[in-house]
Amino acid sequence: MRTDPVVLTVAFGYLALLFVIAAWGDRRAEQGRSVIGSPTVYALSIAVYCTAWTFYGSVGRAAEFGPSFLLIYLGPTLAMLMAPLLIRKMVRIASTQRITSIADFISARYGKSSSLGALVALIALIGVTPYIALQLKAITLSHAVLVNYPEAAEFRLVEESFWVDKSFWVALVLAVFIILFGTRHLDASERHEGMVAAIAFESLVKLVAFLTVGIFVVFVLFNGPFDLFRQVADSPHISGALGLEAVPGGAIGWAGTLVLAFLAFLTLPRQFQVLVVENVDERHLARASWLFPLYLVAINLFVIPIAMAGLLLPAGNSDPDSFVLTLPLSAGIEGIPLLVFIGGLSAATGMVIVETIALSTMVSNQLIMPLLLRSKRLHLSSQGELAGWLLGIRRVAIVLILLLGYLYHALIGDSYSLVTIGLVSFVGTAQFAPAMLIGMYWRGATRSGASLGLLAGFITWIYTLLLPGFAQSGWLDATFLVQGPFGLEWLRPYALFGLEGFDIYSHALLWSLLVNIGLLVGISLFTRQSPVEQTQAALFTEAMNPGLQHTSLWRGQTTRGELKSLLNRYLGASATARILADPQGTQADDAPAPPTLIARAEQALSGALGSASARVLINSVVRGEALDLESILSILDTTSQTLEYNRRLEQKSNELAKIGEELRAANERLRELDRLKDEFVAMVSHELRTPLTSIRAFAEILRDGKDLPEEKRIHFLEVVVLESQRLSRLIEEILDLARLESGRLTLTPQRLDLVALVRHSVDAVHRLQEDRGVELKVDLELDQAPVIGDSDRLEQVIINLLDNAGKFAADENPRVRLHLSRHQQNFRLSVEDNGPGIVQEERERVFEKFHQIKRYGGASGKARGRPRGSGLGLPISRGIVTHLGGRLWVDDAPTLNGACLIMELPEAPTA
Amino acid sequence: MAKVLVVDDEPNIVLSLEFLMQQAGFEVATAEDGEGALAEVEQSPPDLILLDISLPGLSGFDVLEQLRHDPRHARLPIIMLTAHGREVEREKGLALGADDYVTKPFSTQALVEKVKALLAEDA
Repeated sequence: MRTDPVVLTVAFGYLALLFVIAAWGDRRAEQGRSVIGSPTVYALSIAVYCTAWTFYGSVGRAAEFGPSFLLIYLGPTLAMLMAPLLIRKMVRIASTQRITSIADFISARYGKSSSLGALVALIALIGVTPYIALQLKAITLSHAVLVNYPEAAEFRLVEESFWVDKSFWVALVLAVFIILFGTRHLDASERHEGMVAAIAFESLVKLVAFLTVGIFVVFVLFNGPFDLFRQVADSPHISGALGLEAVPGGAIGWAGTLVLAFLAFLTLPRQFQVLVVENVDERHLARASWLFPLYLVAINLFVIPIAMAGLLLPAGNSDPDSFVLTLPLSAGIEGIPLLVFIGGLSAATGMVIVETIALSTMVSNQLIMPLLLRSKRLHLSSQGELAGWLLGIRRVAIVLILLLGYLYHALIGDSYSLVTIGLVSFVGTAQFAPAMLIGMYWRGATRSGASLGLLAGFITWIYTLLLPGFAQSGWLDATFLVQGPFGLEWLRPYALFGLEGFDIYSHALLWSLLVNIGLLVGISLFTRQSPVEQTQAALFTEAMNPGLQHTSLWRGQTTRGELKSLLNRYLGASATARILADPQGTQADDAPAPPTLIARAEQALSGALGSASARVLINSVVRGEALDLESILSILDTTSQTLEYNRRLEQKSNELAKIGEELRAANERLRELDRLKDEFVAMVSHELRTPLTSIRAFAEILRDGKDLPEEKRIHFLEVVVLESQRLSRLIEEILDLARLESGRLTLTPQRLDLVALVRHSVDAVHRLQEDRGVELKVDLELDQAPVIGDSDRLEQVIINLLDNAGKFAADENPRVRLHLSRHQQNFRLSVEDNGPGIVQEERERVFEKFHQIKRYGGASGKARGRPRGSGLGLPISRGIVTHLGGRLWVDDAPTLNGACLIMELPEAPTA
Repeated sequence: MAKVLVVDDEPNIVLSLEFLMQQAGFEVATAEDGEGALAEVEQSPPDLILLDISLPGLSGFDVLEQLRHDPRHARLPIIMLTAHGREVEREKGLALGADDYVTKPFSTQALVEKVKALLAEDA
């Protein structure tokens, strides 16, 4: 199963699958059903961070330096957790400026400078090519291990012909893939949907492969993690190698690696490509900011266990970088090594694909196009269609980059371990970080500062990492490593200015970033920005300012026709028609182009050529300049004023809405009051009409009946008098109620004795109660009960309570009891009867106006001559008591089982 | 001798109506609430009812509705009495099948005339 034909068939079959997936992704995109419009796919594509270096090298590094490999993943985790602050701004800038690569990003920030863009592209090319080589090396190596095991995988490329090396053919296939799916569109800022889909798929494959081998090692080769850890604990030399103290450079090594990984995650061309350029929706960052770190956790879960197992088992004799392969091979398993090989292949090819696209875009847009435009602009512009040229340049660049990577791999790759190459690249691309990050937040950073800082940092990197690396590979005389160049010890590359005790990467990172940042800041403070630079600096630092989104920054003049012919040459006819399409209908070619249109044309050109070249081209047809800094700032000011104004308007309208709401509620209340008033008037009229009806009827009877018997005459006249009294009482009560409700009831509060008042009231009703046959029992617990009150009104209340009780007492043997007692700081007067009582739900309603307690079944008041109540007595009584600071309510009768009304008044303060 | 049933919860109004009807030559029965009225109708059906609307328990409208749904009393002349002067009530009463509608306080002569007219029509 491990024969060459089988392995090759599987490997190239896997690559063919990538083609299918990418083609499918592109087809879906054309149909408008994008497969990459999902934060999950976005997060998976970011996992292109995990290359063959992760796949094979993590275990190697863990076996050699303990858990320090984790720092490589902690840095990106940190960066992703900061995504809402940092990466979101990068994405926003890139989408408004149609940024095509990190070189374009930095060039655009510093006034769309061609030279700075070229410098970044060059550094990226030099810094990252070894990294591509590393991936190819991993493929070669893993293939050799797989096929030759258990023979040692001694494979000296330099001694063989290149066509024997499988990675050469892989590189060739990848070149075809990248050309097919990476250069479909001219516009580099357009998404490569098929490619991203394939990358996301590769991320899944490598994760599954790694987890499979991890589970196999821990649970099949060993009896679970505890067995493995116990065995490691028994071998002190291994547990020591895996401890924290194994990290090179100690604490500084930790910090240095962490910073390095953080910066590299943002500046590696492929990371910038997937993270920023290929981002389709800013909001995807939200999920990716936790999903990607989760992916990193998953793929690192088994690194240490595999490293431990590799050191414990006989397979440990082989290179730690190959443990992932040799462990399952040593167990005689055939399928898993093949899966591991595919996983490593997916990790390697994913990286190579994205890195090559990013680099080729930089090479064509930042290195070649500006040269062509400058050297023979006239010559070039005179040729009709240039769109084809652009794609051609990019395709040639792809092939050249892969070739370069392969050459690097074939010539010097053997002398480096996987980790070493990776970290060297990291430090190289970290040089972009100062120019990029500081430029995003400090408006004062100038092009000169950025260029010189970058150049100096790059040179420091070459001197402290690249040259020593060459020297160690035997390409240079290695003596300068130990003795320094020309015998100058303080210039030793690994201990510059006598700085010793650092690991070589932290050492290089420290010095290179120090000179880089120092020059960037220092020179920026003493140089001036050109107008374009000022504009771009403002646009970058203020990217999150919403006012900038739709601002046109061109003031110059040109015609539609001139723009059209320019775009036609570089983008082709159909793209030009789309860009110049005017919603207000087609306009003549000699019509002046509005600033928005010029901006749109520049953006379109930027997407294809990079911002620097686009600017040169637009400048060639537009007379006049872009907006200067003052104009931009005034636009920003106006925008912020508008925003402030809008905010206030919104505030005002919120207030208005609130007031409207309050008004509506007030109106609702008024309406309710109005309805209650109508109801009240209707009830009053009803109550007044009732006695009036009797009065009128009997008056007419008396008028018409001259021959009525005397006794009937007297009876009828008595009824008229009684009903008239009832009417007067009713009117009095209605007036009382009206006064109470309007707050115009005149009370004359004075100190009085409630006991005396009760006696007086009882005397007043005693006769009447006796007439009705009501037995009234008065129970006064106190001799004196001083309260503050209006004596007439309080007497009215007490009489009303007694009267009610008499009316509602039982028909047979009616009894009423009045009881006065002290209750804390109050006096309580309760009046109870032995009637049917008041059911719970009626107890509050009896205090409503005109509420008549229903009396079912029982004989009417007629039998004992008890007049009906008006239904106003209790509401009035409660109003009066409340006015005097007391309470009036219904409760259970304590002794007589009927209704019980309780009045409570506060004790008067001692005079 | 025609029989008139007076239904009202105000004793004095019942007293006056009883006297007026007797004076006009009718036999009179009284009830002070809706249930009493229905029982009376069941026991000895009157020829005409003077029916107050606001009664405790079953209202005058309820009584009217029940009687009208009973085929035996569907054509029994009924005059509604009310202290509510509102037009909606009058319309509701007439819609439910009252023969007439008298607002309190009323003219005794006019009321007696109405009763007489309805009974004559009925006869």
